[in-house]
Amino acid sequence: MFLALRDLRFARGRFALIGAVVAMIAVLGVILSGLASGLADSGVSALRALPATHLAFDKSASGELFSRSTVTQDTWQKWATQPGVRKAEPLGEQLVHAQLAGSGAKQLDLAVFGVQPTGFLAPSPTSGKALSQAGADGILISQDVVKEGVHVGDRLIIGQAGTLVTVVGTIGHASFGHVGAVYASLPLWQKLHYGLPGKLPAAATGQATAVALQLSSSADTSAIDKRLGTQTVDQAGAFAASPGYTAESSTMSLIRGFLYAISALIVGAFFTVWTIQRRPEIALLKAMGASTGYILRDALTQIAVVLLAATAIGTAVGLALGRAMSGSAPFSLRTSQIALAAVLLIVLGLAGAVVAVRRITKVQALTALGASR
Amino acid sequence: MTHPTPVPLADKAAPSALRLTGVTLRLGTDEQQVTALNQVTLAVAPGEFLAVTGPSGSGKSSLLAVAGGLQTPTEGTVHVAGVGLTTLTERQRTAHRRRHIGYVFQNTNLLASLTALEQLLLPAHLAGRLDKAARHRAGELLEAVGMSHRADRRPHQLSGGERQRVGLARALILSPEVLLVDEPSSALDRARARDVADLLAEQTRVNNTATVMVTHDTEILDATDRVLALRDGRLT
Repeated sequence: MFLALRDLRFARGRFALIGAVVAMIAVLGVILSGLASGLADSGVSALRALPATHLAFDKSASGELFSRSTVTQDTWQKWATQPGVRKAEPLGEQLVHAQLAGSGAKQLDLAVFGVQPTGFLAPSPTSGKALSQAGADGILISQDVVKEGVHVGDRLIIGQAGTLVTVVGTIGHASFGHVGAVYASLPLWQKLHYGLPGKLPAAATGQATAVALQLSSSADTSAIDKRLGTQTVDQAGAFAASPGYTAESSTMSLIRGFLYAISALIVGAFFTVWTIQRRPEIALLKAMGASTGYILRDALTQIAVVLLAATAIGTAVGLALGRAMSGSAPFSLRTSQIALAAVLLIVLGLAGAVVAVRRITKVQALTALGASR
Repeated sequence: MTHPTPVPLADKAAPSALRLTGVTLRLGTDEQQVTALNQVTLAVAPGEFLAVTGPSGSGKSSLLAVAGGLQTPTEGTVHVAGVGLTTLTERQRTAHRRRHIGYVFQNTNLLASLTALEQLLLPAHLAGRLDKAARHRAGELLEAVGMSHRADRRPHQLSGGERQRVGLARALILSPEVLLVDEPSSALDRARARDVADLLAEQTRVNNTATVMVTHDTEILDATDRVLALRDGRLT
């Protein structure tokens, strides 16, 4: 640290420049992490809140399973009897267009989840009544829908058939496919799903999107899938099956990956130039008896100080900016993701710098002498 | 500038602080090989100030490089403070250089970010001896070379002669047995060159150091105890 800190103080203009670049990358890293979390929340928070360990979809469905899968009553009943299965219940999912009754033109999109009102998937209301206490047209709405101006007691007209439903209670934050989630009884969901006026055909009454499962570790999902004609995914697999989730998260990951790669390259490039400029000093230090290890440690300490300080400042600014924009964009700050973003920036910056300061090992002490300069 | 009482010139019969025996240094590949040093034998006693002169390319810097363990001779042996450098590993040679050899480099070889005082503290830090005694010694040495009033100045705030004085004080901070000086007057006017040579002679005696100065400047030689000439890698 003897030299590292004195160099930092002496060449503060140059280090402030690279520090500012790293800090700006840290700001971007925080904002991108917040946006990625916010988008993920907006896409799958309803699934994350489901008390299920796995979901079983129709085997023939592919890609976005929620919009392509249909399972029958026979399937969820058989799943419930399989070894290692603690709970198995039908889950319906349907994205619908709705209009607030009696309010003029207030329109909104909703993700309707159909569950058994007394089953393990039925959410507990934070206000109003539970599904089990509601009438056949009762729904629970999430806070995301409340923010749209819908309240307990309001009536919504849903789908082409104009099915009328009543808001009986609210739950916490839950959305799916970037629209607010609502919970309905399975029969009501079936009605909304098929969008048919009047009484549903008998075949439609025994259908859902997937079987929501609570499995013990002994459950052999592959064998059960083979027997029942399903494909079972865990929670992460269910996220991937959600509309746009994989494309969004891979795009955000790609952007962040490029950001960190660019950061490592910038830090590496800066310290490459810095090390080249320092070659006479490094030769001098070696001639004075400084070991290569000492000079490397000193250089890396210097880089670590710059990265730590710049990342801390950038992260703080990013958090402030993120909080300011959280009302107008899908922005969610998770401590683990912010910490990961900061650690990645520091580690990759150090990696870039390590490549740069390897040159120190090649500097010959001999070049400190006049004839060799 | 203070002038500490000089110790008597070292007894020439005393054991050598620096001894080169039959040293040959060949550089380059087989086809374009150059003999930088050719069968050089040399001994310098503690307290002795030796000058080695010669034109550019005569092997002066190679002599300093080999004497300080920066370069391994092709043939021959080098002993510093009684230890054969050619028998040591790279790491051991570096540690030996740190403890027993001081280098005074050409004009601007100070570290840009350090003040004059910090330049002196650096070798003590490298040797793990940055303590109160080292700070006291640094202050004494700056006083001895007439630089105590410029202790907080960085190299760009010092003149060429001042930088050279700081470089000399830095080389002496750990009281090395051997002081190797590379063209100390190359960037100085005549008066300042003379001043630095006198300072080297004085510090050689005060610190009882075996000093080898390579130079092409014949006007500073009368400050030394002995002068050898190097021609095409051979000492005469």
